[in-house]
Amino acid sequence: MTEAGVGGRPPRPPGRTTVRDAARDTAGVAKRNLLRIVRTPQLIVIGALQPAMLLVLFRYVLGGAIRVPGGSYVDYVVPAIFLEAVLIGGMTTSIGLAADLKSGIIDRFRSLPMARSAVLAGRTIADLSRSLLSLAIMVGLGLLVGFRFHAGVGSIIAGMALILVFGYAFSWLYAAIGLATKDPETAQIAGILPFFVLMFASNAIVPVATMPSWLQGFARNQPLSVTIAAVRALLEGGPAGHWVWQSLAWSAGILIVFFAISLRLYRNTAA
Amino acid sequence: MGAAMIEVEAVTKRFGSTIALGGVDLVAEEGRVLALLGPNGAGKTTLVRILTTLLRPDSGRARVAGCDVVADAAALRHLIGLAGQYAAVDELLTGRENLELVGLWYHLEKREYRRRAQDVLERFGLLDAGDRLVKTYSGGMRRRLDIGASLIARPAVLFLDEPTTGLDPRTRNDVWSFIEELVSAGTTVLLTTQLMEEAERLAHQIVVIDTGSVIARGTAEQLKARLGGATLEARVSDPADLERAATLLAQVGDVRPRIDPDRQLISIPAAEGTALLVAAGRRFEEEHIALDDLGVRRPSLDDVFLALTGGGSGAPPEFPEGAE
Ligand SMILES: Nc1ncnc2c1ncn2[C@@H]1O[C@H](COP(=O)(O)OP(=O)(O)O)[C@@H](O)[C@H]1O
Ligand SMILES: [Mg+2]
Repeated sequence: MTEAGVGGRPPRPPGRTTVRDAARDTAGVAKRNLLRIVRTPQLIVIGALQPAMLLVLFRYVLGGAIRVPGGSYVDYVVPAIFLEAVLIGGMTTSIGLAADLKSGIIDRFRSLPMARSAVLAGRTIADLSRSLLSLAIMVGLGLLVGFRFHAGVGSIIAGMALILVFGYAFSWLYAAIGLATKDPETAQIAGILPFFVLMFASNAIVPVATMPSWLQGFARNQPLSVTIAAVRALLEGGPAGHWVWQSLAWSAGILIVFFAISLRLYRNTAA
Repeated sequence: MGAAMIEVEAVTKRFGSTIALGGVDLVAEEGRVLALLGPNGAGKTTLVRILTTLLRPDSGRARVAGCDVVADAAALRHLIGLAGQYAAVDELLTGRENLELVGLWYHLEKREYRRRAQDVLERFGLLDAGDRLVKTYSGGMRRRLDIGASLIARPAVLFLDEPTTGLDPRTRNDVWSFIEELVSAGTTVLLTTQLMEEAERLAHQIVVIDTGSVIARGTAEQLKARLGGATLEARVSDPADLERAATLLAQVGDVRPRIDPDRQLISIPAAEGTALLVAAGRRFEEEHIALDDLGVRRPSLDDVFLALTGGGSGAPPEFPEGAE
């Protein structure tokens, strides 16, 4: 090989990727996706529209007919809408990855010496900032329709952090969906499924006690319900510890399982 | 010179019941261009994907720059560049951002990848457009950026999958010049193409593949020799003139012409192209034989296949008639 590095520096021996390289690779991917987010502001607006409509629907259309024990419905449903906003936003992870696969850009990534986890980690991290943004928008809208915080600042921040942690864990599920479907349209349709199941068979909109008994076990203990219960408690200022730990355990489990699945899918894609 | 930079031995790959590669062997030497020539679905992209570690072969072995494509895949990725069949550039980034990120992902230091991105923009005539979003680029600009990105780490071996498909003739020529420059600087290039002309212009070695198998290999000269070079073709307006026209061409070319009565077509080998064409044209005029068409036809990819798959009348019907 005659192609030496520039400035007399010999080319780096192609050895193992160091931790620093992996961190740089991931930061590079995150930068790429953040630039894409910033340059498509219309997507942020449209992304906020869906949860905003859910908010209006449950606050004004259906809310009057739903009774919840010990409090106002708006304070009951708005924390759930916060989570739904973050989950809906997570679908962009699966759609975006599928689009990258289809366009051939993932082929280029996979032919480069970059760390294998960087493409997925960089994207989920960039999408986390999108979640943060849509959460901020929803908090503003929530306050506008009459939602009120009843807890101290520390507790409120903990509640918001819990939402983001849950959303981040879920973005790995969406990453797996995007890699498995390999097609943006299919990814979109497939991504709605877990969202619907978790949202409607949950305590998000109505108390679980109103459901048939065979459904109650699932509806009470599934990850979204547990997290909504924890967030409600944190924003209300009640005892939250029990739910918070359960939510964190779910998030950790979802993250670990779907990180492993996604990485495997990424490695073997098209093979 | 002479060291093997790409060695492929009996590589196979199937997708379900489709045999994409049915045992391919080839060798590319350092500093040379190897063209993989074949029609759509021949298996070109599949082989490129195997050689760039994107796909594992089902069986067989392949080494690139001394690295096994399966066992040493991680090390190999430092040494190669790939510009795939579809330009893999990011529409929502600028040209410069695209290049710098690829440099970063090759683990170049920041100062280094910034300089090289600047170099690539200059060299590929993209300096003015460098800070514009790629979605404003034309197809040719994207293709140049894509090839530029594959060069940012100055790879020892470069893979270009149909680098000029869909480009206008001028941009195609630009891309050809870039490739020639690279090769004169010592890079080994494997490119795939459906165009005989492209293979002829760029490649030191041509490997013709069809439905996953190598059906011919050699230099452009060797392949053309097998084809018998260019032919002169005359199409008469009136079928009654066919015999007279054949006799005339036999005299002009001093060979026995081939006659295709269905298409009212007579052809003879035309090694000395234009001179023969002028002579034949003059004679047809003297004899008052009306022609629909008269021309010299260079061997096309279709002809390669006609020749290689049994030739002549036994041509598969899906091949289009050669363009005049
Ligand atoms: N991922 C895939 N899944 C199924 N079939 C494939 C896949 N990739 C390629 N093929 C098939 O393998 C054959 C060779 O394809 P390809 O290598 O893309 O050919 P070329 O690049 O020469 O046009 C074709 O029949 C194609 O349909
Ligand atoms: Mg192809």
